[in-house]
Amino acid sequence: MPLTESVTTPAATKLSAQHVHMTFTRDGKSTPVLNDVTLEVAKGEFLCIVGPSGCGKSTLLSAIGGFLSPTGGEIRIDGQPVSGPDPRRIFVFQERGVFPWLTVEGNIEFGLFKLPRAERQRRIAHYIEMVGLVGFEKAYPAELSGGMKQRLEVARALAVNPDMLLLDEPFGALDSITRLIMRGELLRIWREERNTVIFVTHDIDEAVQLADRVAVMSGRPANIQQIVNIDIPHPRDLSSPRYLELRNGILTQLGLAHQV
Amino acid sequence: MNSLAEPRWWEKFLWPVAASALFLAVWHYSVIYSATKVFPSPLAVERGLAELARKGLLWAYIGDSLRRVALGYGMAAVIGVPLGLTLGWYPAANQVVNPVLQMLRPISPIAWIPVSIVLFGVGDLTAVFLIFLAAFFPIVVACVSGVPNVPTIFRRAGRNLGLTAPQLLARVVFPAALPQIIVGLRLALGIAWLVMVAAEMIAVDSGLGYLVIDARNSGKRYDLVVAAMLTIGVIGLALDLCFRRLRNIRSVRWGFPQ
Amino acid sequence: MLGRGLSTKRNLLVRLRPIAFIAVLLILWQIAVSRSPAHLLPGPWDAAGGILDLVRHGLLLKYIAASLFRVTWGFVAAAVLAIPLGLTIGWYRRAELAFNPLIQIFRPISPLAWIPIAILWFGVGDIASVFLIFLSCFFPLLLTAINAVQRIPSVYVNAGRNFGLSPAHLVYRVLYPAVLPQLITGLRITLGVAWIVVVAAEMIAVNSGLGFLIVDARNAGNRYDLVVAAMVIIGIIGLLLDLGMRSLEGAKSLRWDYSED
Repeated sequence: MPLTESVTTPAATKLSAQHVHMTFTRDGKSTPVLNDVTLEVAKGEFLCIVGPSGCGKSTLLSAIGGFLSPTGGEIRIDGQPVSGPDPRRIFVFQERGVFPWLTVEGNIEFGLFKLPRAERQRRIAHYIEMVGLVGFEKAYPAELSGGMKQRLEVARALAVNPDMLLLDEPFGALDSITRLIMRGELLRIWREERNTVIFVTHDIDEAVQLADRVAVMSGRPANIQQIVNIDIPHPRDLSSPRYLELRNGILTQLGLAHQV
Repeated sequence: MNSLAEPRWWEKFLWPVAASALFLAVWHYSVIYSATKVFPSPLAVERGLAELARKGLLWAYIGDSLRRVALGYGMAAVIGVPLGLTLGWYPAANQVVNPVLQMLRPISPIAWIPVSIVLFGVGDLTAVFLIFLAAFFPIVVACVSGVPNVPTIFRRAGRNLGLTAPQLLARVVFPAALPQIIVGLRLALGIAWLVMVAAEMIAVDSGLGYLVIDARNSGKRYDLVVAAMLTIGVIGLALDLCFRRLRNIRSVRWGFPQ
Repeated sequence: MLGRGLSTKRNLLVRLRPIAFIAVLLILWQIAVSRSPAHLLPGPWDAAGGILDLVRHGLLLKYIAASLFRVTWGFVAAAVLAIPLGLTIGWYRRAELAFNPLIQIFRPISPLAWIPIAILWFGVGDIASVFLIFLSCFFPLLLTAINAVQRIPSVYVNAGRNFGLSPAHLVYRVLYPAVLPQLITGLRITLGVAWIVVVAAEMIAVNSGLGFLIVDARNAGNRYDLVVAAMVIIGIIGLLLDLGMRSLEGAKSLRWDYSED
């Protein structure tokens, strides 16, 4: 069975990136990082962006989040051009972005300053339970493991009920066992919250396990080589032939052999 | 990371020149405006410097100051680095010696002046001793704390390859601790330069520090006072820049990220 | 049973070692002094006598208080000015570009070199000496603040912006807590510098304080025992100040900076 290219219905489009170019200039030297990237993401979709390290996927995600301005092209969310960071699309960072000077509670509460106290408490309790950090409310990040810190960052992001979650290799610093567990957790949370998720990773397995669609990026200067529809329903059997077929397809697309 | 866009290349010259020009202008006009008879304007300072240069005093004094710093600081480094490394290597030794160091360290070199004069008399030797004292403690402290900061994996790798303790110290610990030692050395040089001024004001009759006091005492030549101060500042900066250069040497550059 | 007894005994010996070392040094000092022909330099015994002398005349506490007073004023004034200024300069790249040369030239100028100017501006006395202490603290604190801001990991700032914080909130809820540990370390080190400089600053014709004591004791009668007594006290108080600041650094919500890698 061939890999299917995908088509999104315009009505449900949440994110639209058109012909995005990004060139970095430092001390007179120009480095093109993104080259004519076009991408559309539907509302409530889980999209993974996959590509080798350093290919520019983090740059693309930063541009979507409004932290960088593209040198060319346009990015629109809900039809509005992206002009800066916004609490409606929360970035979950690669390096540990939790604030070390706040407790677990303090971190989750961070973005909730516009809400009345009762609502804040409710949300804190809800998301602590959702990410599985019950009992650690008063702990400081230095006392938590890597996996726990990552959960905390997800909880902090979710507490403000964003429309979109942008995750930049969030499980990169974790060991592979914890990573498997965290993937399951993330899916569970996503099914409850149904935000639009854009998840950047260099791990092809991770992408095929998690995403509705996978956007495969080329090396620098990067563009989207291919978008693969993952048509396996959750929970996904990691040894099913369809899973392996999709995965190998992406490996081939990236020019990688299936044997070591 | 800071706000606003990355500054353009020409801004790297524009802003410092603008700020310095503003500073000089404010200085100049406040001297005129306050009609002070004593405090020098920037031009007066410049003329004062030229006068010192003409009389040959400027270079002679700079030379004297640099000489004293070189001697005092040099000795502090030569004694302090091995001592610090040893104390860092043998925690037992450090535990014994450290309280003494911590108690001697806050005692200003100025406080040592009477003792120093008794021991070494008035003159160069006293100044060099005071500079030595001032530079000694930061160097030792930096070396002592540099050693335990060497990652254990490096030490294990060395032992794995069969190095004996002195070899380990010289071939693994010292190069690994070198960035931190350099930080301590740089700090100590800054302190030495500060103390040089103090020592020269009190104990000798030549040098930039002496010039500051002498210019005032023998004739209220505040233009020379400020000229001396600026010379002290510029040379101190130059010394510090030399150290910054050191950081670029390949074998230590790894220790100074960004 | 026996093992436990041995280890506590060993523990005690280990703790006593530095004290034993100090005792040995004191003995050597005393021997060196009594053997020297000039008999000018005091030994530890004389120094102790000097301290008692000061206590008897009611001067010890008075002088300590005077020196601490000057240090506090100069240090606090420098902190109040230098820290906000430094945080601002560190935040705006262009401000740093603008002021860096000026800062770099003024920094290496010893506070003592300012004495003639200080006397010119403030006359002889307390204000001038507080001014010198202020100067000696200002530049180190300024640089500490600049450096602390520049070292804030950009993730924190980005996260703050992401959650829609206003600039004022960004300063109060992200910038300030993030720089706090480094600022406190800088304050501790600078306090140590201030304590060293107070000795020199008190040479400007004030008439109280530990630095004054050192100069005066020598000038008015070669009382080197008082000189050394003053040095000992300076050393002890300096140590106590440092320990005090370090315990501040140990406060729990600040400790995060040291347990992170």
